Amino acid sequence: MVDINKIIPDQVKSDIPRFNPGDHIKVHVRVIEGDKERIQPFEGDVISVRGHGINKTFTVRKISSGVGVERIFPLYSPKIAKIEMIKEGNVRRAKLYYLRNLSGKAARIKGKE
Amino acid sequence: MSGLIGRKLGMSSVFDSQGEQISVTVIQAGPCKVISIKTKEKDGYEAFQLGFGERKEKKTSKPYMGQFKKNNFSPSLLLREFKFSTGNDLKIGDEVKVDLFKEGEIIKVSAKSKGKGFQGVMRRHGFGGVGGTTHGQSDRLRAPGSIGASSYPSRVFKGQRMAGRMGYSRVTISNLKVIKIMPEDNLILIKGAVPGAINTIVELRKK
Repeated sequence: MVDINKIIPDQVKSDIPRFNPGDHIKVHVRVIEGDKERIQPFEGDVISVRGHGINKTFTVRKISSGVGVERIFPLYSPKIAKIEMIKEGNVRRAKLYYLRNLSGKAARIKGKE
Repeated sequence: MSGLIGRKLGMSSVFDSQGEQISVTVIQAGPCKVISIKTKEKDGYEAFQLGFGERKEKKTSKPYMGQFKKNNFSPSLLLREFKFSTGNDLKIGDEVKVDLFKEGEIIKVSAKSKGKGFQGVMRRHGFGGVGGTTHGQSDRLRAPGSIGASSYPSRVFKGQRMAGRMGYSRVTISNLKVIKIMPEDNLILIKGAVPGAINTIVELRKK
């Protein structure tokens, strides 16, 4: 059988920095308003990375004016202008959904030494 | 030419010019050879008969082989007929390739759907089930309900929808958009899903 991931157009970018769940990152999102384009940053903790190939996505969680906000990005989306690593985190799990039930000091992620 | 035979390879996704991710079905379509041409005078209708894939001569039955021997072709895996469409003048032996379709074109796709086995009326025909569980009623949640009246007509009408084998029937999906064509690999990417499992033979037709 033919492997589709190899034959379909290569939209998988290679210049994306490596990051893992627990890391604090800043995603620069392209926003199109009318005919103007601007960059809107979204900064928060990576709480999940799933999928593979072109379907890979990651979830970023941040607390915005006291409310938890999560955004799921396709990793290879052309709407992502840049991903910036702010701080590497030290976590023991691949999915950090438990952070949703924590708040304040308890919801902090330990940094890497 | 109004269509093409292909093989479903599976699904994936691509990003469009707006940056939106769209799901696509990858189909290996063609190349198909014109095996014979049906004409109004001889057959009563007009169509091209296309062959797709390869079959060993040893595995080909004699009546089937006869179709190919006429023009000294090697046998195809299967044959399908496609209606004439305007502006075509193909001859026997010509090859039809995936560039028959254009990107952005709306097409329809027919194939054998996946078999679902023996299914009840709710899944097979979309019945609503009988409903409540009060008034002593039990075990009726997924039941079909009444299948007819008693004294008249005293029988069940033909065609009454009931439980039974579902799937593995020919399904046609129309209004599917061609997202991309890759002629060097004979591939076509179609937005959305297409009937059948991976490796199912599909027929792509112009709208």
